Amino acid sequence: MTDLALDVSLVMLLPVIAAGIVVARDAVVGVTLFVAYGFLLSLVWVRLAAPDVALTEAAIGSGVTGMLLLTTATRLPRVERTTEPFATPTVLIAAALCAVVSASLMSIVVFPPAEIRTLAPAAMASLPDSGLGNPVAGVLFVYRALDTLLEKIVLLLALLGVWSLAPDRAWGGVPALRPSAQPNSILVFLAQCLPPAGVIVGLYICWVGADQPGGAFQGGAVLAAMWLLVVVAGLRDVPPVGRCWVRLSLILGPVVFLGVGLAGFAFADAFLAYPAGYAKPLIVVVEITLTLSIGVALGLLAAGSPQRMPQP
Amino acid sequence: MRLALDILTIAALSAGAFFYLAGTVGLLRFPDTLTRLHALTKADNLGLALIVLGLLPQVEGARGALKMVCVWLLVQLSGATVAQLIARVALQRRPRA
Repeated sequence: MTDLALDVSLVMLLPVIAAGIVVARDAVVGVTLFVAYGFLLSLVWVRLAAPDVALTEAAIGSGVTGMLLLTTATRLPRVERTTEPFATPTVLIAAALCAVVSASLMSIVVFPPAEIRTLAPAAMASLPDSGLGNPVAGVLFVYRALDTLLEKIVLLLALLGVWSLAPDRAWGGVPALRPSAQPNSILVFLAQCLPPAGVIVGLYICWVGADQPGGAFQGGAVLAAMWLLVVVAGLRDVPPVGRCWVRLSLILGPVVFLGVGLAGFAFADAFLAYPAGYAKPLIVVVEITLTLSIGVALGLLAAGSPQRMPQP
Repeated sequence: MRLALDILTIAALSAGAFFYLAGTVGLLRFPDTLTRLHALTKADNLGLALIVLGLLPQVEGARGALKMVCVWLLVQLSGATVAQLIARVALQRRPRA
């Protein structure tokens, strides 16, 4: 009964907040609602018994994306009020198409096909061979390892896209993120207290990912958040993105993953295959290096494009 | 013993829920940012503390209990800090009387 009340409240709240995001006149208000929407959505994923997705939604969908959108919204000139409203036929056509998409998606959920084809039993049957306990980690690092590898490379491409917006004189320089305008003792206090606990939480989320909900992306997001907190409080500067160790730590995870994948040709007869008996240790090494690289990449994404050269 | 713990759970959870309700009503009804913050932080600190306290007897094992206490401490720390930061911005932006 209480479960039903929670589910009904979530289902009623989500469309209202979604509508609020669409009609918000101010970009910052829209982004704030988007963050709230993400957290409620992660509750929905918990209710759907998908804690892995819930963690990702909270860390990436709501946290990191929210920070990126907020940074963007505050830097954009206020153009919304000056733009011409769309013509009525355009709005009507867009609304009709959106309604068709929503109705088709809804019909799939409400009238599911008689026989749902699923690979879940087969995936669960072979999972013990990998030594992993979490089926989501199994899919990410065993069955669909290629997708996971490419996903990490896409993240690096996104970072290159952000860096390419730098002016020529600041190429390889210090990203735009600066400490908050007024040094604030309370923010400094938080930035001194929280990171030790946060780093442990981030590593823990990465470590338990093999057997329980968690993983490299969620752990990396927590690490990135801790680093951003330290930078915003003014305790440490953002390093110039041209530094050798910055670039090495960015590619460390994907390179280790790719190396393990290529070694699969020699030792396990296929790209991204693991030799029998060594799957779990290899996956853990890949996951830990990926967590580090993802943390650095997400942090630098939020820090923005280079804007100035380091002071000598 | 079990009964006493269950009664403690019910009492603490009810009190926690009351603080959250009061905090939400305050957030909706109070006139300006500072008073709204006041209502909200009371709900966060005391409400969550009471709910954690109420759930502690129901947890199996010390690790689960430790995790819940850690969650409460982290929320305390971040909630108090964010409340201070928002309050300072609100004070700076407040029109001079």
